Amino acid sequence: MSMTETPPVATPDADDGTFLSQERPTAGQDRLFEGITTGAGILILLTLAGVAFFLAQKSLPALDLPASSLPNAESLSGYILPLLFGTIWASIIALLLAMPLAVAVALFMTHYAPPALARALGWVIDLLAAVPSVVYGLWGIFVLAPFFVPVYRFLADTVGWFPLFQPTVTPSGRNMASAALVLAVMILPIIASVSKEVFLQTPRLHEEAAMALGATRWEVIKTAVLPHGRSGVIGGAMLGLGRALGETMAIALVLSPAPGLIGFALFTSQNPSTIAANIALSFPNFGGQERSALFATGLVLFICTFLVNYIARRIAGETAGF
Amino acid sequence: MQKTTPGDSLETSKLSPTMLVGIVAVAFVIAFVAALPVGGANVTMILLLTGILAVVATYVISRRVEGHRYALDRIITGLVAASFVVATIPLLSLVWTTVRRGLAGLDLAFLTGNMRNVVGEGGGISQAIIGTLIITGIAAVISVPIGILVAIYLVEYGQGQRLAKGISWLVDVMTGIPSIVTGLFALGLFTVFFGPGYRSGFAGSIALSVLMIPVVVRTVEEMLRLVPMRLREASYGLGVPRWRTIVKIVLPTALPGMVTGVILAVARVVGETAPLLLATGLSDEVNLNPFDGRMASLPLFIYNSYITPGIQVQAAYDRGWSAALVLLVLVGLLFGLARVLSAALTPKGLK
Repeated sequence: MSMTETPPVATPDADDGTFLSQERPTAGQDRLFEGITTGAGILILLTLAGVAFFLAQKSLPALDLPASSLPNAESLSGYILPLLFGTIWASIIALLLAMPLAVAVALFMTHYAPPALARALGWVIDLLAAVPSVVYGLWGIFVLAPFFVPVYRFLADTVGWFPLFQPTVTPSGRNMASAALVLAVMILPIIASVSKEVFLQTPRLHEEAAMALGATRWEVIKTAVLPHGRSGVIGGAMLGLGRALGETMAIALVLSPAPGLIGFALFTSQNPSTIAANIALSFPNFGGQERSALFATGLVLFICTFLVNYIARRIAGETAGF
Repeated sequence: MQKTTPGDSLETSKLSPTMLVGIVAVAFVIAFVAALPVGGANVTMILLLTGILAVVATYVISRRVEGHRYALDRIITGLVAASFVVATIPLLSLVWTTVRRGLAGLDLAFLTGNMRNVVGEGGGISQAIIGTLIITGIAAVISVPIGILVAIYLVEYGQGQRLAKGISWLVDVMTGIPSIVTGLFALGLFTVFFGPGYRSGFAGSIALSVLMIPVVVRTVEEMLRLVPMRLREASYGLGVPRWRTIVKIVLPTALPGMVTGVILAVARVVGETAPLLLATGLSDEVNLNPFDGRMASLPLFIYNSYITPGIQVQAAYDRGWSAALVLLVLVGLLFGLARVLSAALTPKGLK
């Protein structure tokens, strides 16, 4: 787009000039309108500054909080760390579960399915992304968790020596594995749609060249599509990770938390909580003083998601233009 | 059987579809028989076993008949198709569960009643429906103009400016803010000015706006960039000032896409729970004043009916599912509306 500050009609002509060098009568309106839109842009800046400011300002009292007032923690960092661990742990498992599936779904939409089915599937993916997280939470408790309890039992019985599968399976299924599964379902649409976009941008000539060499469909994908889409897929995964880190309601509903715990076991009833879920669950029970600790965890979460999204945009921006 | 080498002939596929169906059928029979002695022959196990057996058998047979490259291709095709099926199961299961459990308690009394003095069964969600409409409506009224103006700035005025690059980057950052953090922000903002106990629908709307503005900016921006440069230049050529060109030419051209994008943005925030939990709270009765007092909303009502079910747990769960169904229908309606409007508003020549 080649728009410059001077409108095309008023091309400044150096010599002749009284007419053109005069400001047109509408120039003032133009400047006003530009000012309004610029102001709206600056409002974005102010909003983000406001978010950072109010989180910081509200969490300051947490620094002088007497240690005894924090549940299951000696200090503020001792309170935040297990929550941060739980947040990252749940998100990483969810990402590992969702990523291969999402890439496969994206490939199915771009390279396997007939166009009509691919369109319908794209619509299903959109809907999956739009289902409110609280409904995912309910579904997680009542459908997904009970459904997977036998699977957890089976894994704990057969490969219980593996540290993640320690053989105490909570009968309700409300453990880290279920929480991560729900998270995986929730972030799958994001990763799939970003991957789909980059796969569609694969240069047609690369694919045709591979086909001309007699490559099978998988070989076309392996040699032309995946190398081209790699950074886009990674960027999409990071965006999904950002979403998983901040997800509140599904985790608050599905996970049965044990405050202050750091542990990797996936199937037990004693699970580390996540920052977002902990804010939602503790907020109603906390007094004003202790709430400052929740604001502090919120600030940590804000910084984490900020970093993850920043990296995601950097990586994704390298191929896809978004 | 003759082994095919790569590039052997044009006729690469030596496994006919009939044979593939046969493989799946045999796999199913074997899985069914294998599951019988275990006793707990549930459908999922049999289907899972069928899938695994079919994929393995196809690979082995195809490898013998067609060579390993084609066998690998087939196995990947199988896996990709399987993951498509796996990815759609959660949505089907979720919708089915919500409809089945939610439909039972869904009647006129439930939709029009409220939760005042309800301890066990009964009660309704009119206060939550009205609250959700008010809160989301205000959020849209705040976000849509701001979002459109920011998008206009980024596309029409800010080209190449450092400020515009910075703002565009901040919009990206804003897209990634967790919803609970926007709730903390709104809570912090309003409690600083109005005291620590302040909760209101408006505070919730502000939190939702923070989530909604970047979505609106991004979709409108995309639509504005699609407007052909020639349209703008034709308008300038007629001596139309720039701002009128934007208002009269650019925006109307981009309108269908913008409307769709805005509605989808509303659909995204209408189910947000976390910000409302912190900033708005829940009420038992209809509260029409967004500036004063707690206000119920559908998502928070659903959350609360599970977290604090009260005396009759099952009744509360049932109410939660029915409210979830109403919320899902609301989201679905918004989706449908977006499609219908985008089709209706597109100028005839562009269809």
